[in-house]
Amino acid sequence: MSTRLAQGGRLIDRQKPLRFTFNGLPMEGYEGDTMAAALLANDRMLVGRSFKYHRPRGIVASGAEEPNALVGLGEGARFEPNQRVTTTELFDGASAISQNHWPSLDFDIGAINARLARFLPAGFYYKMFIHPRPFWKHVYEPFIRQSAGLGRAPKDRDPDRYEQAYGFCDVAVVGGGVAGLAAALAAGRAGKRVWLMEQAAHWGGRAVVDGVTVDGAAAEDWVAAALAELGGMANVRVKARTMAAGLYDHGYLLAYERIADHTPGDGRPRHRLWRIRAGQVIAATGAIERPLAFAGNDVPGVMLASAVRDYAVNWAVSPGDRTVIVTNNDDAYRTALALADAGLVVPAVVDARACVTGALPQAVRDRGIRVLEGRGIAKVKGGKRVTGVAICAQAGEGSVLEEIGCDAVAMSGGWSPVVHLWSHCGGKLAWDEAGAMFRPDPARPPTGADGAAMVVAAGAANGHLQAADCLADAHAAGGGTGAAPTAVTEAEAPLEPVWIMPQGAGPALRAKMWLDYQNDVKVSDVQLAAREGYESVEHTKRYTTLGMATDQGKLSNINGLAVLSEALHQPIPATGTTTFRPPYTPISLAAIAGEAKGELFQPLRRTPMHDWHEAHGAYWEPVGHWRRPYCYQRSGEGIEDAVRREVRNTRNGLGLLDASTLGKIVVKGPDAGRFLDMLYTNMMSTLPVGKCRYGLMCNEQGFLSDDGVVARLSDDTWLCHTTSGGADRIHGWMEDWLQCEWWDWKVYTANLTEQFAQVAVVGPKARAVLEKLGGDIDLSAAALPFMHWAEGTLGGISARVFRISFSGELSYEIAVPAGQGRAFWEQLIAAGEDFGVMPYGTEALHIMRAEKGFIMIGDETDGTVIPQDLGLDWAISKKKADFLGKRGMERTHMTDPNRWKLVGLETPDGSVIPDGAYVPATGVNANGQKNTQGRVTSTYHSPTLDRGIAMALVLNGPDRMGEVLDIPGIDGKVYRAKIVSPVFYDPEGEKQNV
Amino acid sequence: MLILTCPCCGVAAEETELQPGGEAHLKRFGPGSSDDAFEAYMFARANPKGVHFERWRHAYGCGKWFLAARCTATLEVFGTYSAQTKEPPAEIVTKIRAKRPDWAGWSA
Ligand SMILES: [Zn+2]
Repeated sequence: MSTRLAQGGRLIDRQKPLRFTFNGLPMEGYEGDTMAAALLANDRMLVGRSFKYHRPRGIVASGAEEPNALVGLGEGARFEPNQRVTTTELFDGASAISQNHWPSLDFDIGAINARLARFLPAGFYYKMFIHPRPFWKHVYEPFIRQSAGLGRAPKDRDPDRYEQAYGFCDVAVVGGGVAGLAAALAAGRAGKRVWLMEQAAHWGGRAVVDGVTVDGAAAEDWVAAALAELGGMANVRVKARTMAAGLYDHGYLLAYERIADHTPGDGRPRHRLWRIRAGQVIAATGAIERPLAFAGNDVPGVMLASAVRDYAVNWAVSPGDRTVIVTNNDDAYRTALALADAGLVVPAVVDARACVTGALPQAVRDRGIRVLEGRGIAKVKGGKRVTGVAICAQAGEGSVLEEIGCDAVAMSGGWSPVVHLWSHCGGKLAWDEAGAMFRPDPARPPTGADGAAMVVAAGAANGHLQAADCLADAHAAGGGTGAAPTAVTEAEAPLEPVWIMPQGAGPALRAKMWLDYQNDVKVSDVQLAAREGYESVEHTKRYTTLGMATDQGKLSNINGLAVLSEALHQPIPATGTTTFRPPYTPISLAAIAGEAKGELFQPLRRTPMHDWHEAHGAYWEPVGHWRRPYCYQRSGEGIEDAVRREVRNTRNGLGLLDASTLGKIVVKGPDAGRFLDMLYTNMMSTLPVGKCRYGLMCNEQGFLSDDGVVARLSDDTWLCHTTSGGADRIHGWMEDWLQCEWWDWKVYTANLTEQFAQVAVVGPKARAVLEKLGGDIDLSAAALPFMHWAEGTLGGISARVFRISFSGELSYEIAVPAGQGRAFWEQLIAAGEDFGVMPYGTEALHIMRAEKGFIMIGDETDGTVIPQDLGLDWAISKKKADFLGKRGMERTHMTDPNRWKLVGLETPDGSVIPDGAYVPATGVNANGQKNTQGRVTSTYHSPTLDRGIAMALVLNGPDRMGEVLDIPGIDGKVYRAKIVSPVFYDPEGEKQNV
Repeated sequence: MLILTCPCCGVAAEETELQPGGEAHLKRFGPGSSDDAFEAYMFARANPKGVHFERWRHAYGCGKWFLAARCTATLEVFGTYSAQTKEPPAEIVTKIRAKRPDWAGWSA
């Protein structure tokens, strides 16, 4: 059994007991525990089930590489699945539940899959569920969905706060072991701006556990002194609980700080995502111990040798009373010594090497512990917990030489440098034959903006596994001058690569050797993939799912590709690694979102009258980042009723529209007229001061891009109105041409959209209400005719009045300074009371323009429509030698007489044709789809005419007046529609010219 | 995520502050141009693996367009320069040649 030792534990505070529960069972731990340490202290080794076979699984590791021990953590809205207990700090009141089992962890029906393991080989899903096709959706997928998935999603809204922050440094040191500390000290002393980050809550990495001596002091003391010195440097930031998740282009480093995971609900942000720009990254990320592949290596109680030692030294937890150690290297002997120091029994060290003579093995032998040379584990005995191991010759096929009773197995297959940060942005690896590991190739580093290396690997991450080499390397990486810190440790003899144990194991044993614990990938699966022709490691990964679980194969990848290489009879570097992708360990989606949620998800643009609309029943419609009232609902009134009321009231009396969102761009300068002549399809340079002109803008392909009314303010100044959604885009378009093509033209542009509030005063009573406001502007038809503008004061507010109309009624659009927009609006509402004034929204605006046959950018246009398609030939200058889009319109397809052109559609029964409906034609196209000859671009119920009206682009439409089309709707009905003029209302324009 | 220094305001701008504008130094073909010339102007774009010249706008900054020379494979930036030029400045061409001896050179 696993238990808490009576003494020791460098990270725990026995004076501070903490209560927590696992699957509802009350348990106790200490401050400083990880949840993994506390579970083991409570003899909870079995913590989950594997993904595919639902095999019982225990804690394997002590850190981020843990593949098995994932739990659902927390309760209610703070519940979160798939949390790694080895990186979860224990806190009082924590609760965890196990995953992947039904009905219970100890008795799981899904484990039947394990009995069927030989029917579920690699690629099973691909092979099994491909035929018959129709079965996929209704039979296979529901079945797979039910049995797949890790954990369950929380149901309630996350109550915690998450934030993002920016950091800048010369050097970002990743990893808080002695290498990281040494590198940070070197860089910090040189005056560099340094960030030092460590993913765990504690510092010192392996050295403090392994009893290394640094500069004559215990590693523990050296680490404390280093942290104290770094803490005193103003140019150094030291951050624990901060994991460097990924490195991207130009030194962009993403770091994930777990601020309050261990203090839930204390008001601090739970996670903070740091977006750091680092001049240089020093990856002192250490190394991860590799498991050994022997039969039954997934039975709870089989752990990494380094993890066993971590639990004993850091947390005073004994994973077992009797621990057999199995290794191919000297380092694992440290575990034997640590356990012996703790008074625990090590029945034997099983060493795959035929001859073991190093200092560490000798120290172990001196304790009276058996060292079995040239031996391996044939099989682990036990189901939910190790009960013993069968020993065999490593060189053989697995004949059992002896059985040893034990309740834990500590395994070590050597170490793999953590090369993720090096690799994320293109750093290449070299195979180190002696260490049997991939290490960063200094000749092929990831490069930054200047073409130079942006990452330096340091210490164990650079393949320097011995403390002395590790410190010297890190000191140099940090740019250190003078002597590096020195370390004293026992010398280690070379390891012997062992990829399967025993090396001659037959199929039965290989089918029990786990490579990827979380995804249940075994040696036999990888070998099968190789036999089936999978040669690329990337394909094998996807076929077998090796390394595709939430641990991203931190334990399994190197072993897996070694097995693949053997099966393909090629050296390991010829097989290569899979791609290392960020994040290094999973980060919360909430941290990625940060504060960008709810009201802060997107900036909201409000017109000066926004609050008035809100207070008067506005039913909002998003228009770009703006909100505009779609209509103003009165109590008890439906939306459609409100829209109809607004249209009728405007046509018959007086309506007000908040048109402040309209783009307003001032174009000024000696060459402004010439510039606008290039921008618009029609002539703007000839527009007299005091007048307005409707204009069209096209892109270089000739496709309509924006429209609006242009007013000439003075000899060298024009005011261009754009669509509400187009203001920023058109301003950018103007600047692009001015800066990049006609940079010698003397023109300034300014986007004044937000500087003015604009109100459309519309309807037969429009002039009357403005005259009632009073002012110095003559608003009479003679003084201010249609398509003219004037400025002065209205109701005491300085105003510019444009006599333009998008509704077909008598209409004035009045711009006032934004700060007075609300006051002006309220004056109009008050003055208009006698005239029955009502505000109207965007839907009434749309309906009224459609009744008049006015086009709307985005409705009648879709980026493939030229002005000629919309009958706007009159707005295309024939005099101008050039304008943007002119050449594009001359292309043969654009000048083809047979194009879809704008018409009106009238339904004899008055029904409203569905939006976006297509007009079918005879025959089918090359894809077997029905041919089409047009589509509906705008369709409304017209309150003015009290029937449906529509605009459509129809093949040669204007030549087919009176023809009746059958238009199927997606509602299954077929709508009959007659082609008519798109101007449904007041075709002579009598209403607006009064 | 790239960092490009805006030559107009001097800010080392992050990619999120910038608006990409495609290939630089295109020559505009308007009315009177042949179909082939116009097609090339509208649609034919270089997509090299290596040295490339691009348009960028410091959209969330000074608002100015500028041009950048960079390697599309390694993202090395050889330099940024004014948009008011018809070809890459000589010092940038020299710098690229020094770093990429195999480069075929810029041509209009
Ligand atoms: Zn700038």
